[in-house]
Amino acid sequence: MSTGRRRWLPWLLAGCLPLASSPALAAEGPGRYRWVTFSVFAAVIALTMYVTWLSARRVRSAADFYTAGGGITGLQNGWAIAGDYLSAASFLGIAGLISLYGYDGFMYSVGWLVAYITVLLLIAEPCRNVGRYTLSDILAYRNDPKKSRIVGAISVITVSTFYLTAQMVGGGVLVKTLIGIDYETSVVAVGVLMLGYVLFGGMVATTWVQIIKAVLLVIASLVIVMLVWTPYGFSLPGFLQDVVGDAKVQARVATLLGDKATGMGAAELGQRFLEPGLYFKAPIDQISLGMALVFGTAGLPHILMRFFPVPTALQARRSVVWAMVIIGGFYVLTLFLGFGAAKFVGPANVAAVDAGGNMAGPLLAQYIGGGPDSFMGNLMLAFVSAVAFATIVAVVAGLVLAAASAIAHDLYVGVVRAGREVAPLAQVRAARLATVVVGAAAIAIGIAAKGQNVAVLVGLAFAVAASANFPCVLLTLYWRRCNTGGVMAGMIVGTVAAVGLTLVSPTLTYPKAVKAAATKTLAGADARRSGLEARLAQADVAAAVFLRQDLQALDKSIAKAKADLDKFAGQETSFMGLEKPLFELKNPGIISIPLGFLAVILGSLLYRDPRAEALWEEVYARQTTGMMVSRSARH
Amino acid sequence: MQSERADEAQVDWSAVIRDPRFQSLHRRKQRLLTGLMVFSVAYYFLLPVGAAYFQALFAVKVWGVVNVGLLFALSEFVVAWAVAYYYAGHAGGQLDRLAAEISADFLADRPGQGHAQGAKP
Repeated sequence: MSTGRRRWLPWLLAGCLPLASSPALAAEGPGRYRWVTFSVFAAVIALTMYVTWLSARRVRSAADFYTAGGGITGLQNGWAIAGDYLSAASFLGIAGLISLYGYDGFMYSVGWLVAYITVLLLIAEPCRNVGRYTLSDILAYRNDPKKSRIVGAISVITVSTFYLTAQMVGGGVLVKTLIGIDYETSVVAVGVLMLGYVLFGGMVATTWVQIIKAVLLVIASLVIVMLVWTPYGFSLPGFLQDVVGDAKVQARVATLLGDKATGMGAAELGQRFLEPGLYFKAPIDQISLGMALVFGTAGLPHILMRFFPVPTALQARRSVVWAMVIIGGFYVLTLFLGFGAAKFVGPANVAAVDAGGNMAGPLLAQYIGGGPDSFMGNLMLAFVSAVAFATIVAVVAGLVLAAASAIAHDLYVGVVRAGREVAPLAQVRAARLATVVVGAAAIAIGIAAKGQNVAVLVGLAFAVAASANFPCVLLTLYWRRCNTGGVMAGMIVGTVAAVGLTLVSPTLTYPKAVKAAATKTLAGADARRSGLEARLAQADVAAAVFLRQDLQALDKSIAKAKADLDKFAGQETSFMGLEKPLFELKNPGIISIPLGFLAVILGSLLYRDPRAEALWEEVYARQTTGMMVSRSARH
Repeated sequence: MQSERADEAQVDWSAVIRDPRFQSLHRRKQRLLTGLMVFSVAYYFLLPVGAAYFQALFAVKVWGVVNVGLLFALSEFVVAWAVAYYYAGHAGGQLDRLAAEISADFLADRPGQGHAQGAKP
């Protein structure tokens, strides 16, 4: 069997390379540097494929497939957690937000790190001490195994699907923008590569792909930051002084503030870039998002699953500490990536390539290397693009592994074949089959959701994880009276509350409001245009540059308004049939997390479950002491 | 899975829980975790609250153009690392030793089981 698998891999590798070498690759830069992009992509893909080939030989049992046989060290796992967590959204998105909105973008990144304190203190060690392969293993330990595996698996599949769809759609757009191949091809390339890693190498290969990607990401960011910061003698105020003194940054702040900017001097506008309030408008919204991040990360199935490949609670703890050092260090670097892109590339140019700012990092890399016409500029761009591509593939691999384990281990082995012995090879076969099904579904959903607003899905994944998974896992581990009734109620109420509140929230698109805004833009457009043109006629050279930028921005907003009117013609209500949001918060966390906890507590008190009571002492003693964990890790 | 359960049932879990060393381990762990958790969450939420309601304070320049808000955001990283370092050091030292001691004792009591397995952390 193992040789047969090895014969497959070169074909898979060969099948992927033409995707990376398609002629459209050159769309970004001059044709003579096409080979640079090609070589860097080929090198990164070949490296990860080689690791998969090495690990494929080691997958013989379900434990090998799901947890790499428990043979991953804390340091390795720390890098893998960082690789699993630093998705394209945080790698490219946060640098982009900083380059477009300054301080608020940086503040956004803090919650993503603090989330790991919850994981470190409450989740990592007890999970390692009690669990085996999946989140439901923890729930099924004292609660009714069948019932808790079913609700646990449903929740894991829900969260993974939301997150996966967001990654596939975001990844497709990203790869399309970065290397110029079309959207469908990008989605298929990401899906096929990821399937290759997970299918053949299971957790071992997934772990190593995540480690490689995290190391490359940190190297790429460090190199760019060094190049950006060295001219300032590594002085933070010196660097930021130059950022706030930049005319492009000042013009951006003036645009963001609109009417409020009148009467503010250039220096004042620049300084405003380092102050809060340019991105976040409603404080409660931001606190709600913070809650979803800080408690949701601890309930994300692909993050929980990363604590099973380490042999002991000590290694689990060590891996979170390493992950916090790497993730935190990376987020500090985004400060320089984001402000560097604002200073050197300019917020308007960043937004022109991608409205969400996702291209800030790659564009900065190209600029720092010497610009679009230089060899080094293209090499840097290619490297950052390849890392971004590896990022998407690695995160998607972790998600697919989590969803596949819920299907194969929880639903098939735990529920369908409950109580009967399932041979190790049959378990691996079930896991591989589930992987193919989930992977194919991910590709299909990715293509089907083309052009959809997927930002809502990442928030939704965190909200469900924080409102359903987190209360159930936490109370099962720490509360004596928690039982099957509580877990069922918590999973259902938490999921329904989080999804339901999001569906009626302002995060969805409301055609009526969009059309009203578009009509308003168009109504004032002619007057603004003639005003700008009149000023341009009298302006000197320096002022003319900004006026032309304003004109371009105006043209873009007119085109966008017209497109919106066309797109939503005849549509008055949102996806849910609403004209305006019923619930004012973008993120439901502040309401749905307490509801989830309440449901677990009430459900437990109203339900009698002798098994959960009888097993409490064992769970409690095990999670506190880590007794016999080395055994369950090997089984 | 079934066979594993049967084997492990030989540990007397309620005796473990009644053991005074376990009680002390539990108390110390709980105090440490609750304290650190409450402190970290409170410190984190000071940032969005401050950014929303204390903008004037956040805008005060203290180091060239670097203002209070920026330094506070950077301090969140330092505090998160400090909490992790403190917990890892603290738990890794005394608490792990106590847990290993309890495990070793109770696993050794089981019929047909030696110290070799229980000694593993």
